[in-house]
Amino acid sequence: MSAFARFATVLLAALFATTLVAAMFNLGAPTVDLPGAVAAQLTHSGVAHPVAAVLLNFRGYDTLLEVAVLLLALLGILGVSHDDGVTTPTPPGEPVLQALARMAVPFMILTAGYLLWVGAHRPGGAFQAGVVLAAAVVLLNLARVLPAWTRPGLLLRLGWVSGFLIFLAVAAALISQGHLLQYPPAWAGALILLIEVGLTISIGLIMSGLFLLLTERQTSP
Amino acid sequence: MSPGLIYALAGALLFVLGATGVIVLANLLRKILAFNLLGSGAFLVLVGLAQRDGGTDPLPQAMVLTGIVVAVAATALALALLRRLHRLTGQTRLPDEKEHG
Repeated sequence: MSAFARFATVLLAALFATTLVAAMFNLGAPTVDLPGAVAAQLTHSGVAHPVAAVLLNFRGYDTLLEVAVLLLALLGILGVSHDDGVTTPTPPGEPVLQALARMAVPFMILTAGYLLWVGAHRPGGAFQAGVVLAAAVVLLNLARVLPAWTRPGLLLRLGWVSGFLIFLAVAAALISQGHLLQYPPAWAGALILLIEVGLTISIGLIMSGLFLLLTERQTSP
Repeated sequence: MSPGLIYALAGALLFVLGATGVIVLANLLRKILAFNLLGSGAFLVLVGLAQRDGGTDPLPQAMVLTGIVVAVAATALALALLRRLHRLTGQTRLPDEKEHG
């Protein structure tokens, strides 16, 4: 990119920023009361927290497609990160770090379980819980307790897709309700919990995979 | 000026900064970082504008939560592709990009 083109781009960006800021100062009040609509339907949603209700009930298909996107990204990474035998010699892990990681991980799993359960009525939920699980796996890898995933086995692959498949099965079973992912109010809470448990495990494993499939292969110390 | 509006304004500036970076920078790692900045700016605008009158709106919050996860996945895929490119060609920029940046 030439110096002139760069200068022109930066100038256009500055103009764009000014327009955006000016537009935000002149915004009118919203014409639809979405928070009110969510609050009005909250008792039928099966959960008590508005964000959880939107994520898993009112706009459940967003979450379904989100898990599909996660799986697609993981498949892409599996496709380009085939094992080429490149290993980097690494020093063995620090004993203190390893001991700390081994002590921290059970509490991280406990925290993930708490976040999953509390998601129905407070901030929390499947994604937060899954990410805490993934952080535990990454911590184990960084402490050299857990090696990089070179050849994912059947169990790991099943874990990756289980959340999406459970979600899809619930959606397919409820298709006779008329709309996609319209839960019967009496069953909504139980179905959402089932979906969230599957999502937590899957998201934890997928997020771990995003790191452990890309991290350097280590020679065994 | 409510705190929500300040968040939204900062988000708009971050968005423009990121968008400019994606266009101007040649190094792909910098492009990916700029793309993340762009995304974070969009999230700030969504959440900030929705609560500029004080009350919170669960709908944009749920959308941003979805967006964050998708952004993480996209970033990981982009990094995997970049590493593959680097391993194959030794370059961290696209073939048609000249010097600079």
